[in-house]
Amino acid sequence: MAHGVRRDSPKVPDFSLLKRLARDQLIYLLEQLPGKKDLFIEADLMSPLDRIANVSTLKQHEVDKLYKVENKPIISASDQLCFLIRPRIQTVNKMLICKNKSLIICIFPVQFYACEAVMEEQGIFGDVTTDEWAFYLLPLDDDIISLELPEFFRDNFLAGDQRWVRTAGSALHLLHSLYGPFSKIYGIGRCSKMTYESWRKQVEEGEQRPRQAEIGSVFLIDRDVDFVTPLCSQVVYEGLVDDIFKIKCGCVEFGPDVTSSDKSIKVMLNSQDKVFSEIRNEHFSNVFGFLSQKARNLQTAYDKRQGMDIQQIKVFVSEELKGLKQEHRLLSLHIGASESIMKKKTKQDFQELLKTEHCLLEGFEIRESISFIEEHINRQVSTIESLKLLCLLSVTENGLLPKDYRSLKAQFLQSYGVDHLLTFSNLRQLGLLVEQQPGETLTVMESKVGKLVNDKTAGKLTDAFSSLAKKSNFRALSRKLNLVPKSDEEYDLRVPRDMAYIFSGAYVPLSCKLIEQVLERDGWTGLEEISRLLNGHEFAVIVDSKQENDADRIILVMFLGGCTFSEISALRFLGKEKGCKFIVVTTAITNSSRLLEALMDTPV
Amino acid sequence: MMKSKADEEDYWNSSKFKAFTFDDEDDEFSRLKESKQAVNSIRQLVDDDDDEDDVEKVSWSGEPVGSISWSVKETAASNQRTDREPAFPKITTERPPLNKSQSGLSLSSLFKGGNLTARSLGDTSVRLFAPELRKPKSEYKDFVSDWTPVETVQRLQQGKAVSLEKFRSLQDKLLLLDFAVAAHDGNVITAVTLFTLFTLYGLEVLFRELESRQTALRHFIHYMTETRDQRLLLELLRSGLTWTFNSSSYENKRRDFVKSCLSLPFSPEDSAHVQDHYTLLERQIIIEAADQRAERDGKMEIFQRFPRKAPILNMPLITTLYYCCLYHYNESEGTYSSPLNIRQTFKISEKQYFATVLAARAKLKAWADVDALFTSRNWLGMMKKRSPLSFQRVVDILQKNSAPTQVLQEYVGLVDDAELRISLAQKHKCHDIVINTFRDMKDRQLLMEYRKKVERGSAEEKKIDQLLNNVQIRWKN
Repeated sequence: MAHGVRRDSPKVPDFSLLKRLARDQLIYLLEQLPGKKDLFIEADLMSPLDRIANVSTLKQHEVDKLYKVENKPIISASDQLCFLIRPRIQTVNKMLICKNKSLIICIFPVQFYACEAVMEEQGIFGDVTTDEWAFYLLPLDDDIISLELPEFFRDNFLAGDQRWVRTAGSALHLLHSLYGPFSKIYGIGRCSKMTYESWRKQVEEGEQRPRQAEIGSVFLIDRDVDFVTPLCSQVVYEGLVDDIFKIKCGCVEFGPDVTSSDKSIKVMLNSQDKVFSEIRNEHFSNVFGFLSQKARNLQTAYDKRQGMDIQQIKVFVSEELKGLKQEHRLLSLHIGASESIMKKKTKQDFQELLKTEHCLLEGFEIRESISFIEEHINRQVSTIESLKLLCLLSVTENGLLPKDYRSLKAQFLQSYGVDHLLTFSNLRQLGLLVEQQPGETLTVMESKVGKLVNDKTAGKLTDAFSSLAKKSNFRALSRKLNLVPKSDEEYDLRVPRDMAYIFSGAYVPLSCKLIEQVLERDGWTGLEEISRLLNGHEFAVIVDSKQENDADRIILVMFLGGCTFSEISALRFLGKEKGCKFIVVTTAITNSSRLLEALMDTPV
Repeated sequence: MMKSKADEEDYWNSSKFKAFTFDDEDDEFSRLKESKQAVNSIRQLVDDDDDEDDVEKVSWSGEPVGSISWSVKETAASNQRTDREPAFPKITTERPPLNKSQSGLSLSSLFKGGNLTARSLGDTSVRLFAPELRKPKSEYKDFVSDWTPVETVQRLQQGKAVSLEKFRSLQDKLLLLDFAVAAHDGNVITAVTLFTLFTLYGLEVLFRELESRQTALRHFIHYMTETRDQRLLLELLRSGLTWTFNSSSYENKRRDFVKSCLSLPFSPEDSAHVQDHYTLLERQIIIEAADQRAERDGKMEIFQRFPRKAPILNMPLITTLYYCCLYHYNESEGTYSSPLNIRQTFKISEKQYFATVLAARAKLKAWADVDALFTSRNWLGMMKKRSPLSFQRVVDILQKNSAPTQVLQEYVGLVDDAELRISLAQKHKCHDIVINTFRDMKDRQLLMEYRKKVERGSAEEKKIDQLLNNVQIRWKN
């Protein structure tokens, strides 16, 4: 809204086709079992299903009753059952009960041999029919497409299980066949590279007919390339709503405190919502001003009817009133939500939390930050928040000093339970929360070399040494990419000058900065140092460089392991600045709590 | 590839399995193109289902009627009724033109139908039943043995039938595994690991080979974690190959389980934590038993005043400490439930101990205890207030436990930083502190300003007036 638009932004391809595909495929699966049947749905597939079909669709295909697959035995009087589940062994184990019924199991989105092995072990393999509901891509909005695979992150990065790589490749392949051919493909990260190779192979196996491309470039990025961004508290409206109210599949449930009535309301949050689409990318401090302006405009519009004659009122009621009423309803919801956010976030605690995050990003007052985290742990306040600060400290500082690590870990376990030993082990494995290695040889070397050469070279050498181990190298990256703007300058959040506005001007998200740099340079040339600090695995493939049309300005960014709403906002900003349009494809929408919850191992 | 395709057809035509076709590798693009057309053609027919721009309707997922989530709830409720009535009203008469025959027509051309049978009668059943087919041996060999490891992996990726049986020598199996790893398809890696190595060899061979194949090893561990195979995981853990451990068995006999964990190869630091955990559990069991009895017998008055909300079993250490500060504060250091004893045994840091005790005693409004907590005598025998926590934090904790102003005032006054002290004092309405601070700053203006904020005719107002009239103070303004 406030930002100057350099060029008209290009038209976005129509992704609603993907929904139709998923729905038709579902119908096809339902028709595999002719006649009346009961449908069982895995709990976390309900929202995606809700986005593409509704009850009357299911009824048309003779679904009699709907059940949620839960931690309960499956009971149904019907002889024909249809299951819509994810390929999880725990779920497959439950199928045993339905031995003597006609059963079809639809797996979202692919079946795994591991599940088949379990079915074989149980002796139900062959008795039941399994099929895949190849529903790879769910468009959540004009520019967001989700694979709805929240487990991708943990399976791939923590367990080291590459089961989803081909799925990601197939998703990309689907986009390529429908909206390609892509002209340039860039990427960074191990999983990105494997996904690229898997996609490449599928393209070779198939056959591409020449068609007019609707998407030009593609950028693949692993979540573990940038852990800092998802760990930061979100302060852009859409991100805040996600952090506080949890957006599920583009839909949020506002509780009674927002609706100021006694029931909750579910609302779709997307570009169709005229009020939301104008504030979603704004820093929260601007939202109130915008909403009150909007309210005043609405009042004026309503007031117009005074002094109208009957004929005019008739026109007003038939043409404008409906729109006004709808806007009114949306406006009051978002005002309610903002109020509720204000109540929660203007508390002193949140201010201190933000201050600590900013200090960590800047590398300033680290001791104070550590004692803030310590007190946070001591007071047993939110586990996730404590963990998030610990991880942010570790990632920005390249690990904690052994003394700090031991003491903070001990206090954390005492406050939140020893079960978190497993959480710590997971975090260490991912490099999210680690102890600085004593590495005496390095320091000796460094100090010797340091005496011989000037400080600047010594700094470079230190960087070179530290990259030997898998480290985040955040400080060096931040310096080289200028991620943390100088704090002495005023940052006007109303007129953002760069992507840092999404974090109150304190930090430019590393992931988005990388994308900007690579697109600007048309590859990784000149960024060798950066990619080395990021542990490599970068690539750039130019398939066809002579394309000169609108598709060139449509850039698909695929986040493997999830992306946050803040990152999407930053990319929307970048798109406006550069006169292009970013389409975000992600394995799931994530935020700091989802990221960390996925890494917790507490007893069931 | 051409050759194998021919074989494949040969196989399907000759086998007794229900035949299916792969649709002659009909390329994805044309199918998608077709489906795009088909989808476009049904657009008008189904349009009434999804007016996405209508807000009222879009929220049908939240709307009471019509959404899938709603229907599930509805089924759950109706299930309890004995007479089964259909959860949905019948709509056959008013069904829109999109009926079965039509959807069948357009849809059958949309999707490969082969997948279904390929999956259900796929690899494993072939492996199991193949010898019983009683076909000439040469023919049998033809279709299983012609696929190279690369082709086998490719077919596995595409969900087509393969036979893993021919990979019999360890060398062949490992070769296949290495190709699977090179294809970056976790699904295939798991399949190969399970179907070849795991089923046929002892753990010893498996572990030996997996040790040098980290990717495959991690897939194997993940599979074991998912199937909750504790025995194998423990085996792996003992052999030093894994560091993860499924925690689900914490459910039962937790203490015994933790005890058995003591011998596992943890790092020295972690094994100290596990030991502590065990000690804590033992203690919680003792405390819980004693307190349950005390609560039932009604001998300890504190349990009536503040009934216990939940048993203390399995709670974190600090929660246990908090609990003991609530119910066992004044016990001698010798008992298991004495806070001091807990602090000693588990080496709780001073800060953490103070924060917990403070919160617990403030909850009980035992202000004398709070006072005593901070009071220490210096070597001259003078009383002095001292705290490992910043006094700002102390005030914060006290205020959250709704401490009265007199109590808050005392601690606000101890905050070192004058500015912070004033802002805290103003926030918590500790007028005396504000007034005294302004007096010490000799700031007449601020004092006069503050006079407007206090209640008319209150003691505070009088005090300000006295100060303002005091000629001995040399105001700076």
